[in-house]
Amino acid sequence: MTVYILRRLAQTLLVLFVTSALVFGGLYLVGNPIDILVNPAADEIEKARSAAALGLDRPILEQYGIFVKSALAGDLGKSFVFGRPALEVILERMPATLELAVLAMLISLGFGVPMGIFAGLYPQKNLSKFIMACSILGFSLPTFWVGLVLIMVFAVQLGWLPSTGRGPTTEVFGVALSIFSLEGLRYALLPAINLALFKLALIIRLTRAQVREQSLLDYIRFARAKGLPRRRVVGVHLLKNILIPLVTVVGLELGSVIAFAIVTETVFAWPGMGKLVIDSIFQLDRPVVVAYLLVVVFMFISINLVVDLLYSALDPRVRIAEAK
Amino acid sequence: MKEDTPFASFVRGFFENPLATAGFVLLCVVIVVALFAPWISPQNPYDLGKLDLLDARLPPGGQYLLGTDGQGRDMLSAIFYGLRVSLLVGVASGLIALTLGGLLGVLAAYVGGRFEQLLMRVVDIQLGFPAILVALILIAVLGKGVDKIIIALVCVQWAYYARTARSAALVERSKEYIEAARGLGLSRARVMLRHLLPNALPPLIVVGTVQVAHAIALEATLSFLGLGLPTTEPSLGLLIANGYEYLLSGKYWISMYPGVALLLTILSINLVGDQLRDQLNPRLQRA
Amino acid sequence: MLEISGLVTEFGTRQGILRAVNDVSLQIKRGEILGLVGESGSGKSVLGYSIIGLVDSPGRITAGSIRFGGRELIGQSDEEMRQLRGKRIAMIFQDPMMTLNPVLSIETQMMETVFAHEAFSRQRARDLCLENLAKVGIATPEKRIKQYPHEFSGGMRQRVAIAIALLHRPELIIADEPTTALDVTVQGQILYEMQKLVRESGAALIWITHDLSVVAGFADRVAVMYAGRIVEQGSAADVLHAPMHPYTRGLLDSVPANNEGGGRLRQIPGMTPSLARLPQGCAFRERCSRADDVCLSMPPMERNVRCHHPLC
Repeated sequence: MTVYILRRLAQTLLVLFVTSALVFGGLYLVGNPIDILVNPAADEIEKARSAAALGLDRPILEQYGIFVKSALAGDLGKSFVFGRPALEVILERMPATLELAVLAMLISLGFGVPMGIFAGLYPQKNLSKFIMACSILGFSLPTFWVGLVLIMVFAVQLGWLPSTGRGPTTEVFGVALSIFSLEGLRYALLPAINLALFKLALIIRLTRAQVREQSLLDYIRFARAKGLPRRRVVGVHLLKNILIPLVTVVGLELGSVIAFAIVTETVFAWPGMGKLVIDSIFQLDRPVVVAYLLVVVFMFISINLVVDLLYSALDPRVRIAEAK
Repeated sequence: MKEDTPFASFVRGFFENPLATAGFVLLCVVIVVALFAPWISPQNPYDLGKLDLLDARLPPGGQYLLGTDGQGRDMLSAIFYGLRVSLLVGVASGLIALTLGGLLGVLAAYVGGRFEQLLMRVVDIQLGFPAILVALILIAVLGKGVDKIIIALVCVQWAYYARTARSAALVERSKEYIEAARGLGLSRARVMLRHLLPNALPPLIVVGTVQVAHAIALEATLSFLGLGLPTTEPSLGLLIANGYEYLLSGKYWISMYPGVALLLTILSINLVGDQLRDQLNPRLQRA
Repeated sequence: MLEISGLVTEFGTRQGILRAVNDVSLQIKRGEILGLVGESGSGKSVLGYSIIGLVDSPGRITAGSIRFGGRELIGQSDEEMRQLRGKRIAMIFQDPMMTLNPVLSIETQMMETVFAHEAFSRQRARDLCLENLAKVGIATPEKRIKQYPHEFSGGMRQRVAIAIALLHRPELIIADEPTTALDVTVQGQILYEMQKLVRESGAALIWITHDLSVVAGFADRVAVMYAGRIVEQGSAADVLHAPMHPYTRGLLDSVPANNEGGGRLRQIPGMTPSLARLPQGCAFRERCSRADDVCLSMPPMERNVRCHHPLC
């Protein structure tokens, strides 16, 4: 087990290295940030001085070397735009993105799993067919466009919910979160629903496919032959077997939701990491972009690890194999 | 009752599903519109000389069926042209990725050993990341432009194709080893190619339909964010982005209708792909 | 105790309505072991499912009656059938790996069966489970009950399934090819133990199999099914030593042990017809050396055999 974790950590580091190198180098090739940050009318000396201040006059490899050294110490460079450590800027925005992502996952799981189970158990019913048709729709809708439609319908036409921005925050364990107040929820609802839509469709389809597949298996029949009430057959026997692949997918999807928040945050002007990175790309604020990517990549790999551990906790077959 | 050929019964099974049939019809419409856009559009939206600024921001109805945008362009024509670009980029990147990924996957299964291990490791790692992130990194690095978008989209998709192709090829490989054991050594390569390709194609096609839909959606998303195609060749995503600023003042049609067109395109591909997948999936077949 | 008359179970498929069970009549007495023999597609498994009420759509029972202990089963509500299942009628399936839920422990799967029908205390339920595990020959049941199905061998898993089936001392046990997936030696053991357990408890047993040699020396009575109908039934001695139906004769002849060493194995010519394309009249007609024009009409069941030209 420890060997396994160590191996995963080593892999993580490797991926982080490669990603950072790619992005670092790539962004450097795209343009010279100096041209954006410094007044273009300034003369060469002024530009040179700014460049030196930001460390941009050194050769690229040296810049990367400095970057790696400080990265290992926890310093991912200073944002050109904000003048503060890039990592700090990212972490400041992270709670906003995370609360949106979690809310979206809760919505998609909370509605998706029951609907998928229903559609899988009673495929012939009209409601099931309707659910499946809706799921294909949800799958095909472009997220950003749905966001626009949501704004248009609920904010502009009906005026029920605010169109953009984040609600007031409250301190929870030292972190500023907005979803624990009713007012904050009002702001978070539309973007969360927007973010959840695609995942909802995915989860419905996955759950339904699993239910259909598992229902045909003998152990379900045996459970019924034993005279178990239907509640137990579905709620315990079926559910536990579905949960295993579901957990894997959900874990991966959480990472994807965090990444996709970029789009939703842009549409709804939600001040999270995603919006930050888009702005930074346009402003060529390289340290922020690199820091974002590294943070997100790290999050993914951690999520993957947790999912794998959860998987072995849920499936006794895998557990025993490892113990041997 | 005489037996159908497998293809005929496949086609019949396909059209028995009303949703799939609807999707197929819709897809045909989309493709036709995209192909013949320059001829069937009432107006060429990119001929700046023909635009009349006085006609800008008109609501749908009358001369302009779907209204006009901020520059007086006929939305209907803009949508037709945009559809063309979106479809082109999506399909082109899909085909390239299919060829590239498919070949790599088949090669990996055939050669085996360290190459296969390495390739699959790369595939797994890449598939662990959401497409949008990979695309974002690439675009940030490569910059804007049609070719760069296509490259980015190809890089995002190839891994799916590679994995699918390898799995399909592996099935054949295990069969071939049995035959090889009977001393057919030399012709193994040729038999591989003759058996591998037809075997790998159905699952690749299924993956392909889903991937093309994703590619189109991804390109639209990137364009919306301003990281996609340049404004000279607007895809549907860019059209939607252009309409964003008018949304809050109630001029919905500039963003709305391109979105509908995008939705219908993706939907039709998904409906068709769904049906293909159901029909080609052995596990869901009833005996 | 169990009386089936004129049972018809149909499946609606794209090729039309298939009668997996076609006008079947059977009786089983208390404590009797009936061997139900037939090839795949003969309808024997569907017959088992029909009795216990687990025929899934697109199949349904469309005609006939099944009387269990004097009570008509067809038309019972889901809840009434559920109360019977596992308690008075139990069923065992073929593949023990897929029969037991791989992600739940044996203890969970046994205890839930107890609690589905009785409001025992946990301790009493547990004792009952351990007792049954010991009865089917599982050593150290207290340790093994906490394990998971994949930690058992195939034969052991099937014993667990049998233990579960016996928990509530059912009056009728339906075993659908339970030893087909097991080694021959294990098969022999399980047959022997099943026989013992059934004799002890006085339950009736329907043993469904495609292998005639299994029922020899094991079953009291034998019924042979072909294409959804019973073509012959009677005491085991009668059917196995003096078969009347040509199909039964053919089955017996094709058992390798019944053939002379070194000679060619005897086979029934042709193949089992698919239910969608049954020949007119006697379903065995096209493969039977004794068939003639009379066989174009369906032979009625007379004196325990359904044939126009029985061998006797």
